[in-house]
Amino acid sequence: MAALGSPARTLRGLLRELRYMNAATGRSYRDTAAYRYLVKAFRAHRVTSEKLCRAQHELHFQAATYLCLLRSVRKHVALHQEFHGKGERSVEESAGLVGLKLPQQPGGKGWEP
Amino acid sequence: MWRRCLCLRDRWRRLLNQPSGGPTAIVRTGANIPSLSRAYAPPAGGFEINLDHRKLKTPQAKLFTVPSEALAIAVATEWDCQQDTIKFYTMHLTTLCNTSLDNPTQRNKDQLIRAAVKFLDTDTICYRVEEPETLVELQKNEWDPIITWAEKRYGVEIGSSTSIMGPNIPDRTREVLVSHLASYSMWALQGIEFVVSQLKSMVLTLGLIDLRLTVEQAVLLSRLEEEYQIQKWGNVEWAHDYELQELRARTAAGALFVHLCSESTTIRHKLLQD
Repeated sequence: MAALGSPARTLRGLLRELRYMNAATGRSYRDTAAYRYLVKAFRAHRVTSEKLCRAQHELHFQAATYLCLLRSVRKHVALHQEFHGKGERSVEESAGLVGLKLPQQPGGKGWEP
Repeated sequence: MWRRCLCLRDRWRRLLNQPSGGPTAIVRTGANIPSLSRAYAPPAGGFEINLDHRKLKTPQAKLFTVPSEALAIAVATEWDCQQDTIKFYTMHLTTLCNTSLDNPTQRNKDQLIRAAVKFLDTDTICYRVEEPETLVELQKNEWDPIITWAEKRYGVEIGSSTSIMGPNIPDRTREVLVSHLASYSMWALQGIEFVVSQLKSMVLTLGLIDLRLTVEQAVLLSRLEEEYQIQKWGNVEWAHDYELQELRARTAAGALFVHLCSESTTIRHKLLQD
Protein backbone atom coordinates (compact mmCIF):
# COMPACT_ATOMS: atom_id res chain seq x y z
CA MET A 1 0.00 0.00 0.00
CA ALA A 2 1.00 3.62 -0.19
CA ALA A 3 3.67 4.95 2.14
CA LEU A 4 1.61 7.22 4.37
CA GLY A 5 3.63 7.39 7.54
CA SER A 6 2.07 7.57 10.96
CA PRO A 7 -1.32 9.18 11.61
CA ALA A 8 0.21 11.34 14.31
CA ARG A 9 2.46 12.94 11.76
CA THR A 10 -0.47 13.59 9.43
CA LEU A 11 -2.44 15.16 12.25
CA ARG A 12 0.49 17.38 13.21
CA GLY A 13 0.87 18.49 9.62
CA LEU A 14 -2.85 19.26 9.35
CA LEU A 15 -2.82 21.33 12.52
CA ARG A 16 0.23 23.21 11.31
CA GLU A 17 -1.51 24.04 8.03
CA LEU A 18 -4.59 25.22 9.91
CA ARG A 19 -2.36 27.39 12.07
CA TYR A 20 -0.75 29.01 9.04
CA MET A 21 -4.13 29.61 7.47
CA ASN A 22 -5.57 31.26 10.53
CA ALA A 23 -2.45 33.22 11.42
CA ALA A 24 -3.48 36.08 9.16
CA THR A 25 -7.02 36.30 10.52
CA GLY A 26 -7.58 37.29 14.11
CA ARG A 27 -9.11 34.08 15.35
CA SER A 28 -7.18 31.23 16.89
CA TYR A 29 -7.08 28.07 14.83
CA ARG A 30 -8.70 26.10 17.62
CA ASP A 31 -12.01 27.87 17.07
CA THR A 32 -12.40 26.66 13.53
CA ALA A 33 -14.82 23.90 12.62
CA ALA A 34 -12.05 22.13 10.76
CA TYR A 35 -9.91 21.82 13.88
CA ARG A 36 -12.77 20.44 15.93
CA TYR A 37 -13.77 17.97 13.25
CA LEU A 38 -10.22 16.72 12.67
CA VAL A 39 -9.45 16.26 16.34
CA LYS A 40 -12.72 14.45 16.91
CA ALA A 41 -12.20 12.19 13.89
CA PHE A 42 -8.63 11.32 14.80
CA ARG A 43 -9.59 10.57 18.36
CA ALA A 44 -12.53 8.42 17.36
CA HIS A 45 -10.60 6.44 14.78
CA ARG A 46 -7.33 6.16 16.60
CA VAL A 47 -5.16 3.55 14.99
CA THR A 48 -3.34 1.19 17.28
CA SER A 49 -0.67 -1.12 15.99
CA GLU A 50 -2.89 -4.20 16.34
CA LYS A 51 -5.80 -3.06 14.18
CA LEU A 52 -5.16 -3.34 10.47
CA CYS A 53 -8.55 -2.19 9.37
CA ARG A 54 -9.04 -1.04 5.80
CA ALA A 55 -11.52 1.61 6.85
CA GLN A 56 -8.97 3.23 9.13
CA HIS A 57 -6.42 3.19 6.36
CA GLU A 58 -8.96 4.89 4.10
CA LEU A 59 -9.57 7.61 6.65
CA HIS A 60 -5.86 8.15 7.12
CA PHE A 61 -5.49 8.34 3.35
CA GLN A 62 -8.22 10.99 3.18
CA ALA A 63 -6.49 12.96 5.91
CA ALA A 64 -3.18 12.73 4.07
CA THR A 65 -4.85 13.87 0.85
CA TYR A 66 -6.37 16.86 2.63
CA LEU A 67 -2.97 17.68 4.09
CA CYS A 68 -1.46 17.57 0.60
CA LEU A 69 -4.23 19.86 -0.63
CA LEU A 70 -3.70 22.46 2.09
CA ARG A 71 0.05 22.39 1.77
CA SER A 72 0.14 22.66 -2.00
CA VAL A 73 -2.45 25.46 -2.08
CA ARG A 74 -0.40 27.44 0.44
CA LYS A 75 2.84 26.91 -1.52
CA HIS A 76 1.11 27.70 -4.81
CA VAL A 77 -0.22 31.00 -3.47
CA ALA A 78 3.21 31.85 -2.02
CA LEU A 79 4.92 31.14 -5.34
CA HIS A 80 2.29 33.17 -7.17
CA GLN A 81 2.81 36.13 -4.86
CA GLU A 82 6.55 35.95 -5.20
CA PHE A 83 6.91 35.47 -8.93
CA HIS A 84 3.69 36.26 -10.73
CA GLY A 85 1.98 38.73 -8.43
CA LYS A 86 3.56 41.98 -9.53
CA GLY A 87 1.26 42.88 -12.38
CA GLU A 88 2.09 45.42 -15.02
CA ARG A 89 4.57 48.22 -14.62
CA SER A 90 3.17 51.70 -14.29
CA VAL A 91 3.70 54.27 -17.03
CA GLU A 92 6.34 56.06 -14.95
CA GLU A 93 8.31 52.85 -14.43
CA SER A 94 8.14 51.91 -18.09
CA ALA A 95 9.44 55.33 -19.11
CA GLY A 96 12.16 55.05 -16.48
CA LEU A 97 13.36 51.77 -18.07
CA VAL A 98 14.66 53.65 -21.10
CA GLY A 99 15.78 56.70 -19.17
CA LEU A 100 12.85 58.97 -19.94
CA LYS A 101 10.70 60.90 -17.49
CA LEU A 102 7.08 61.83 -17.88
CA PRO A 103 6.44 65.57 -18.30
CA GLN A 104 5.02 67.50 -15.37
CA GLN A 105 1.88 69.26 -16.56
CA PRO A 106 0.41 71.26 -13.69
CA GLY A 107 -2.64 72.19 -15.69
CA GLY A 108 -3.50 68.59 -16.42
CA LYS A 109 -3.59 67.05 -19.84
CA GLY A 110 -6.04 68.43 -22.31
CA TRP A 111 -8.41 65.52 -22.36
CA GLU A 112 -8.55 64.80 -18.63
CA PRO A 113 -11.45 66.27 -16.65
CA MET B 1 -26.67 42.70 -16.69
CA TRP B 2 -25.43 45.87 -15.00
CA ARG B 3 -27.81 45.47 -12.08
CA ARG B 4 -26.62 41.91 -11.53
CA CYS B 5 -22.98 43.04 -11.60
CA LEU B 6 -23.69 45.77 -9.07
CA CYS B 7 -25.53 43.39 -6.78
CA LEU B 8 -22.61 40.95 -6.99
CA ARG B 9 -20.15 43.75 -6.28
CA ASP B 10 -22.14 44.86 -3.25
CA ARG B 11 -22.25 41.33 -1.95
CA TRP B 12 -18.46 40.99 -2.17
CA ARG B 13 -17.93 44.41 -0.64
CA ARG B 14 -20.05 43.45 2.32
CA LEU B 15 -18.11 40.24 2.62
CA LEU B 16 -14.80 42.03 2.24
CA ASN B 17 -15.46 44.86 4.68
CA GLN B 18 -15.38 42.61 7.68
CA PRO B 19 -13.51 43.90 10.73
CA SER B 20 -11.29 41.00 11.61
CA GLY B 21 -9.84 39.29 8.57
CA GLY B 22 -11.93 37.66 5.88
CA PRO B 23 -15.46 36.31 5.80
CA THR B 24 -16.33 33.74 8.40
CA ALA B 25 -17.78 30.64 6.88
CA ILE B 26 -20.03 28.49 8.99
CA VAL B 27 -21.33 25.06 8.18
CA ARG B 28 -24.87 24.46 9.16
CA THR B 29 -27.01 21.44 8.72
CA GLY B 30 -29.87 21.37 6.27
CA ALA B 31 -33.57 21.25 6.88
CA ASN B 32 -33.73 19.15 10.04
CA ILE B 33 -31.39 19.86 12.91
CA PRO B 34 -30.25 16.52 14.37
CA SER B 35 -31.13 16.18 18.01
CA LEU B 36 -28.41 15.47 20.51
CA SER B 37 -29.78 12.06 21.44
CA ARG B 38 -28.64 8.58 20.65
CA ALA B 39 -28.15 8.19 16.94
CA TYR B 40 -26.70 10.74 14.57
CA ALA B 41 -27.99 10.59 11.02
CA PRO B 42 -26.93 12.99 8.27
CA PRO B 43 -29.66 15.56 7.64
CA ALA B 44 -31.94 15.00 4.68
CA GLY B 45 -31.27 18.32 3.02
CA GLY B 46 -27.52 18.02 3.02
CA PHE B 47 -25.05 20.48 4.52
CA GLU B 48 -25.09 24.15 3.60
CA ILE B 49 -22.50 26.87 4.00
CA ASN B 50 -23.21 30.29 5.48
CA LEU B 51 -20.96 33.20 4.68
CA ASP B 52 -21.63 35.82 7.35
CA HIS B 53 -25.24 34.75 7.76
CA ARG B 54 -25.91 34.63 4.03
CA LYS B 55 -26.34 31.27 2.36
CA LEU B 56 -23.74 30.29 -0.19
CA LYS B 57 -25.06 29.79 -3.70
CA THR B 58 -23.56 28.26 -6.83
CA PRO B 59 -22.80 30.42 -9.91
CA GLN B 60 -26.20 29.41 -11.31
CA ALA B 61 -27.85 30.65 -8.09
CA LYS B 62 -28.76 27.22 -6.77
CA LEU B 63 -28.47 26.60 -3.05
CA PHE B 64 -25.11 25.08 -2.19
CA THR B 65 -25.71 21.72 -0.53
CA VAL B 66 -23.27 18.87 -0.13
CA PRO B 67 -24.01 15.38 1.12
CA SER B 68 -20.96 14.97 3.33
CA GLU B 69 -20.07 16.89 6.48
CA ALA B 70 -16.33 16.63 5.98
CA LEU B 71 -16.68 18.09 2.49
CA ALA B 72 -18.77 20.96 3.82
CA ILE B 73 -16.19 21.74 6.50
CA ALA B 74 -13.40 21.63 3.94
CA VAL B 75 -15.28 24.06 1.67
CA ALA B 76 -15.96 26.36 4.63
CA THR B 77 -12.25 26.27 5.49
CA GLU B 78 -11.41 27.24 1.91
CA TRP B 79 -13.66 30.27 2.21
CA ASP B 80 -12.17 31.12 5.58
CA CYS B 81 -8.71 31.24 4.04
CA GLN B 82 -9.62 34.13 1.80
CA GLN B 83 -8.63 37.52 3.06
CA ASP B 84 -8.69 40.75 1.08
CA THR B 85 -9.56 39.25 -2.26
CA ILE B 86 -11.44 36.10 -3.09
CA LYS B 87 -9.03 33.94 -5.03
CA PHE B 88 -11.24 31.44 -6.77
CA TYR B 89 -8.31 29.68 -8.33
CA THR B 90 -7.26 28.41 -4.90
CA MET B 91 -10.71 27.09 -3.98
CA HIS B 92 -10.65 23.80 -5.82
CA LEU B 93 -13.20 21.96 -3.70
CA THR B 94 -15.70 24.80 -4.04
CA THR B 95 -15.25 24.73 -7.81
CA LEU B 96 -15.79 20.98 -7.93
CA CYS B 97 -18.96 21.23 -5.82
CA ASN B 98 -20.26 24.04 -8.01
CA THR B 99 -19.63 21.97 -11.14
CA SER B 100 -21.41 18.98 -9.65
CA LEU B 101 -24.39 21.01 -8.52
CA ASP B 102 -24.78 23.09 -11.67
CA ASN B 103 -23.54 20.66 -14.33
CA PRO B 104 -22.95 23.55 -16.74
CA THR B 105 -21.93 21.32 -19.63
CA GLN B 106 -25.12 19.30 -19.14
CA ARG B 107 -23.40 15.94 -19.28
CA ASN B 108 -25.05 12.78 -18.10
CA LYS B 109 -23.35 9.82 -16.48
CA ASP B 110 -22.55 7.98 -19.72
CA GLN B 111 -20.89 10.97 -21.29
CA LEU B 112 -18.73 11.50 -18.21
CA ILE B 113 -17.65 7.86 -18.14
CA ARG B 114 -16.88 7.90 -21.85
CA ALA B 115 -14.84 11.09 -21.49
CA ALA B 116 -12.80 9.52 -18.71
CA VAL B 117 -12.22 6.18 -20.43
CA LYS B 118 -11.19 7.97 -23.63
CA PHE B 119 -8.05 9.01 -21.82
CA LEU B 120 -7.02 5.40 -21.73
CA ASP B 121 -6.10 5.49 -25.41
CA THR B 122 -3.57 8.20 -24.78
CA ASP B 123 -2.67 7.25 -21.25
CA THR B 124 0.56 8.83 -20.07
CA ILE B 125 2.03 5.74 -18.52
CA CYS B 126 1.35 3.63 -21.57
CA TYR B 127 3.31 5.91 -23.86
CA ARG B 128 7.00 5.07 -23.73
CA VAL B 129 9.98 6.72 -25.33
CA GLU B 130 12.75 4.86 -27.07
CA GLU B 131 15.70 7.01 -26.13
CA PRO B 132 17.54 8.27 -23.96
CA GLU B 133 18.30 4.98 -22.27
CA THR B 134 18.09 6.23 -18.70
CA LEU B 135 14.61 7.63 -19.30
CA VAL B 136 13.46 4.34 -20.81
CA GLU B 137 14.84 2.55 -17.76
CA LEU B 138 13.14 5.01 -15.41
CA GLN B 139 9.79 4.68 -17.15
CA LYS B 140 10.00 0.92 -17.03
CA ASN B 141 10.87 0.83 -13.33
CA GLU B 142 8.30 3.36 -12.21
CA TRP B 143 5.36 2.83 -14.54
CA ASP B 144 5.37 -0.93 -15.09
CA PRO B 145 4.44 -1.86 -11.50
CA ILE B 146 1.37 0.37 -11.65
CA ILE B 147 0.26 -1.13 -14.95
CA THR B 148 0.72 -4.65 -13.57
CA TRP B 149 -1.22 -3.70 -10.45
CA ALA B 150 -4.10 -2.28 -12.53
CA GLU B 151 -4.16 -5.30 -14.81
CA LYS B 152 -4.30 -7.64 -11.84
CA ARG B 153 -6.84 -5.61 -9.89
CA TYR B 154 -9.35 -5.32 -12.73
CA GLY B 155 -8.44 -8.45 -14.67
CA VAL B 156 -7.80 -6.53 -17.89
CA GLU B 157 -5.02 -6.03 -20.38
CA ILE B 158 -3.45 -2.64 -20.79
CA GLY B 159 0.14 -2.92 -21.83
CA SER B 160 2.41 -0.16 -23.05
CA SER B 161 3.78 0.83 -26.40
CA THR B 162 6.42 3.01 -27.99
CA SER B 163 4.57 3.64 -31.23
CA ILE B 164 2.95 6.96 -32.01
CA MET B 165 -0.46 5.33 -32.26
CA GLY B 166 -0.39 4.48 -28.60
CA PRO B 167 -1.30 1.29 -26.80
CA ASN B 168 -3.82 -1.06 -28.30
CA ILE B 169 -6.54 -1.26 -25.67
CA PRO B 170 -8.81 -4.26 -26.19
CA ASP B 171 -12.56 -3.68 -26.03
CA ARG B 172 -12.98 -5.91 -23.03
CA THR B 173 -10.73 -3.61 -20.99
CA ARG B 174 -12.90 -0.68 -21.92
CA GLU B 175 -16.08 -2.53 -20.98
CA VAL B 176 -14.73 -3.62 -17.63
CA LEU B 177 -13.62 -0.09 -16.76
CA VAL B 178 -16.89 1.45 -17.94
CA SER B 179 -18.89 -0.90 -15.76
CA HIS B 180 -16.56 -0.22 -12.82
CA LEU B 181 -16.95 3.52 -13.18
CA ALA B 182 -20.72 3.16 -13.51
CA SER B 183 -20.79 2.10 -9.87
CA TYR B 184 -19.81 5.60 -8.76
CA SER B 185 -22.29 8.39 -8.19
CA MET B 186 -22.59 11.41 -10.47
CA TRP B 187 -20.63 13.62 -8.08
CA ALA B 188 -17.83 11.11 -7.71
CA LEU B 189 -17.64 10.81 -11.50
CA GLN B 190 -17.17 14.56 -11.86
CA GLY B 191 -14.26 14.26 -9.47
CA ILE B 192 -12.81 11.26 -11.31
CA GLU B 193 -13.02 13.00 -14.67
CA PHE B 194 -11.35 16.06 -13.16
CA VAL B 195 -8.45 14.02 -11.78
CA VAL B 196 -8.04 12.13 -15.06
CA SER B 197 -7.79 15.36 -17.00
CA GLN B 198 -5.22 16.73 -14.54
CA LEU B 199 -2.98 13.66 -14.41
CA LYS B 200 -3.54 12.85 -18.09
CA SER B 201 -3.76 9.19 -17.15
CA MET B 202 -6.62 6.86 -16.35
CA VAL B 203 -4.44 4.21 -14.74
CA LEU B 204 -2.90 6.65 -12.28
CA THR B 205 -6.37 7.87 -11.33
CA LEU B 206 -7.48 4.31 -10.66
CA GLY B 207 -4.42 3.85 -8.48
CA LEU B 208 -5.28 7.02 -6.57
CA ILE B 209 -8.91 6.06 -6.01
CA ASP B 210 -8.03 2.56 -4.88
CA LEU B 211 -5.52 3.96 -2.40
CA ARG B 212 -2.61 2.33 -4.18
CA LEU B 213 -0.81 5.68 -4.68
CA THR B 214 -0.66 8.83 -2.61
CA VAL B 215 -1.28 12.16 -4.31
CA GLU B 216 2.41 13.05 -4.27
CA GLN B 217 3.33 9.71 -5.81
CA ALA B 218 0.67 9.97 -8.51
CA VAL B 219 1.75 13.48 -9.45
CA LEU B 220 5.38 12.39 -9.56
CA LEU B 221 4.55 9.49 -11.86
CA SER B 222 2.49 11.75 -14.07
CA ARG B 223 5.35 14.20 -14.40
CA LEU B 224 8.05 11.56 -14.66
CA GLU B 225 9.71 12.90 -17.76
CA GLU B 226 9.66 16.46 -16.43
CA GLU B 227 11.27 15.35 -13.19
CA TYR B 228 13.90 13.52 -15.20
CA GLN B 229 14.69 16.65 -17.20
CA ILE B 230 14.71 18.75 -14.02
CA GLN B 231 17.25 16.43 -12.48
CA LYS B 232 19.37 16.68 -15.58
CA TRP B 233 19.07 20.38 -16.40
CA GLY B 234 18.03 22.06 -13.17
CA ASN B 235 14.87 23.32 -11.55
CA VAL B 236 13.20 26.61 -12.44
CA GLU B 237 11.24 27.58 -9.37
CA TRP B 238 8.78 29.97 -10.91
CA ALA B 239 7.73 27.46 -13.55
CA HIS B 240 8.39 23.91 -12.36
CA ASP B 241 7.53 24.33 -8.70
CA TYR B 242 4.57 26.52 -9.54
CA GLU B 243 3.10 23.90 -11.86
CA LEU B 244 3.93 21.10 -9.45
CA GLN B 245 2.11 22.73 -6.55
CA GLU B 246 -0.85 23.60 -8.73
CA LEU B 247 -1.10 20.04 -10.07
CA ARG B 248 -0.80 18.63 -6.57
CA ALA B 249 -3.51 20.94 -5.29
CA ARG B 250 -5.92 20.08 -8.06
CA THR B 251 -5.26 16.33 -7.87
CA ALA B 252 -5.59 16.30 -4.09
CA ALA B 253 -8.85 18.22 -4.31
CA GLY B 254 -10.21 15.84 -6.93
CA ALA B 255 -9.16 12.72 -5.03
CA LEU B 256 -10.59 14.02 -1.75
CA PHE B 257 -13.80 14.98 -3.53
CA VAL B 258 -14.16 11.48 -5.00
CA HIS B 259 -13.53 9.78 -1.68
CA LEU B 260 -15.87 12.01 0.29
CA CYS B 261 -18.64 11.67 -2.28
CA SER B 262 -18.42 7.93 -2.65
CA GLU B 263 -18.28 6.88 0.95
CA SER B 264 -21.35 5.26 2.40
CA THR B 265 -23.48 7.04 4.96
CA THR B 266 -21.93 6.94 8.39
CA ILE B 267 -24.48 6.26 11.07
CA ARG B 268 -22.74 5.94 14.37
CA HIS B 269 -24.80 4.36 17.07
CA LYS B 270 -23.57 5.62 20.38
CA LEU B 271 -24.21 3.08 23.07
CA LEU B 272 -25.07 5.00 26.20
CA GLN B 273 -23.81 3.25 29.27
CA ASP B 274 -26.47 3.60 31.91
